[in-house]
Amino acid sequence: MSRYWNQECECISTDQLRSLQDERLKATVKYVYQEVPFYRHVFQEIGIEPDDIKAVDDLGKLPFTTKNDLRDNYPYGLFAVPLCDVIRLHASSGTTGKPTVVGYTQHDLDVWSEVMARGLTCCGATTNSIIQNAYGYGLFTGGLGVHYGAEKIGAKIIPVSAGHTKRQIMIMKDFGTNILTCTPTYALHMAEVMEELGVSKEDLSLTGGLFGAEPWSQNLRKQIEMRLGIEALDVYGMSEVIGPGVAVECPEKDGLHIWEDHFLAEIVDPDTGQSLPAGSLGELVITTLTKEALPMIRYRTRDITRIIPGGPCGCGRTHMKIDRCQGRTDDMMVIRGVNVFPSQIEEVIFRISHTEPYYLLIVDRHDQLDQLEVWVEVSDQVFSDQIRMMESLEREIRKEIEVVLGISVKVKLVEPKTIERSEGKAKRIIDRRDI
Amino acid sequence: MPVKQITVFLENKCGRLANVAEVIGDEGINIRAFSVADTTDFGILRLIVSDPERTYEVLHRAQFAVRMTDVIAAQIPDHPGGLAQVLALMDEAGINIEYMYAFVAQVSGDALVVFRVENTKVAEQLMLGKGIKVLSGEEVYNI
Repeated sequence: MSRYWNQECECISTDQLRSLQDERLKATVKYVYQEVPFYRHVFQEIGIEPDDIKAVDDLGKLPFTTKNDLRDNYPYGLFAVPLCDVIRLHASSGTTGKPTVVGYTQHDLDVWSEVMARGLTCCGATTNSIIQNAYGYGLFTGGLGVHYGAEKIGAKIIPVSAGHTKRQIMIMKDFGTNILTCTPTYALHMAEVMEELGVSKEDLSLTGGLFGAEPWSQNLRKQIEMRLGIEALDVYGMSEVIGPGVAVECPEKDGLHIWEDHFLAEIVDPDTGQSLPAGSLGELVITTLTKEALPMIRYRTRDITRIIPGGPCGCGRTHMKIDRCQGRTDDMMVIRGVNVFPSQIEEVIFRISHTEPYYLLIVDRHDQLDQLEVWVEVSDQVFSDQIRMMESLEREIRKEIEVVLGISVKVKLVEPKTIERSEGKAKRIIDRRDI
Repeated sequence: MPVKQITVFLENKCGRLANVAEVIGDEGINIRAFSVADTTDFGILRLIVSDPERTYEVLHRAQFAVRMTDVIAAQIPDHPGGLAQVLALMDEAGINIEYMYAFVAQVSGDALVVFRVENTKVAEQLMLGKGIKVLSGEEVYNI
């Protein structure tokens, strides 16, 4: 069994990697200047010519790209290729109503499959492996990202998607699944249901799992590893950059390798935007080096982490490592792998109640499944003396939120002025999950 | 003048009903009739009181979600079939009764029932036409 998917790239010398990055960055900057009017305008605004960028050291001269830039150019405004060259579209939650749309050329899908193949190999996948992919298939990049990586390896992929836990366990047992891919909380939920069903880890052929799309702790890793009898590794990514596979843990389990031949990472101070040295905690910013359809210059991920300083990794890979993400610079929550912004919910409530909404989001975890409860204050405007009107109000809010978020929620109507008013930024979220 | 009902939104938690009764009682307002409709999460308290305007004000000030609604207070003969006769009347006219509840006190030997319908005026005329006595706001508040 090979330890690497692509040893030449994964273990490239740091000098070679740096000159590859220099070349690719220069090419990317020229490319976006020529092909994306948005970038040409912002470059011109701050007086930057593509020739000013000669090496990775010049990265700081370039402007940032934010999720709002994607929203303002919805849906295809930031694409660098004509739509006829795009062969896949995915979408993730935007901060309000409209989602963020991302596109891929055949080349982009090849890059994505390549980095996912590296990640799956880290957790032991080979052509002989049977991989059960319980990430959701659909607009969310998790399902198809893993799928194409597994096909690239030539492993056997079971595209079971998320949900139907009992069926998942039956398949895992009967099909002889070796590698499980899903959100970490769902993996633990499966372990619990297994115990209820009297299926033990010895009945399974599982050896490894690649888990991501939501923050998780070392403690959760230990639980999953112990109860499923596997090595559990973390995978990181976001659709704006490519999807899962931007970074992945190696068996050393002390950080995630960012595949630097495709993604240039830096850590900046989230308030000032100043670059921070390795080891400092800050916001992860990523520049894509090989993407065609949707190249990103200094994309602000809003994830807080640090670059792990120090020499080469014990696994032999030379690509830099980042810590697990330790939070967000905004108020985005990840619930059952889905990005949720309070502003999305606020918009729905406003649309239905026509008043300044007072609401509170309560996130909790029962049986390893995230639950979102939305408390909405009843105003005089929406209050009715008839139960059925109040129930239909509750139902309407719930259904609308579910349409926008794509996950089920519980809505609870509460009395006026019961949600705490705070000075300055309103407290909209109570997260009771013990992540 | 139609009878004004006060409606209050209540979360299903301890002491909320008592709070409403206290706020009203402190103002020297009398509760003439009430009903509570509830779901698992919340309840709707409907009140007929001696002074609806003031009740609305004090409950609003105490930060409850409050609403004032027109209802009919009809005097129903207190004998078997008394209510059935009124309900049949509404049914024949296609008037949908959203909800109804009874007063505890009797008025000259008759039962007093509160009806919440979509079109109060039409229902009232219908009842009056059949000789059913419908009370005015003032009559109800001063029982």
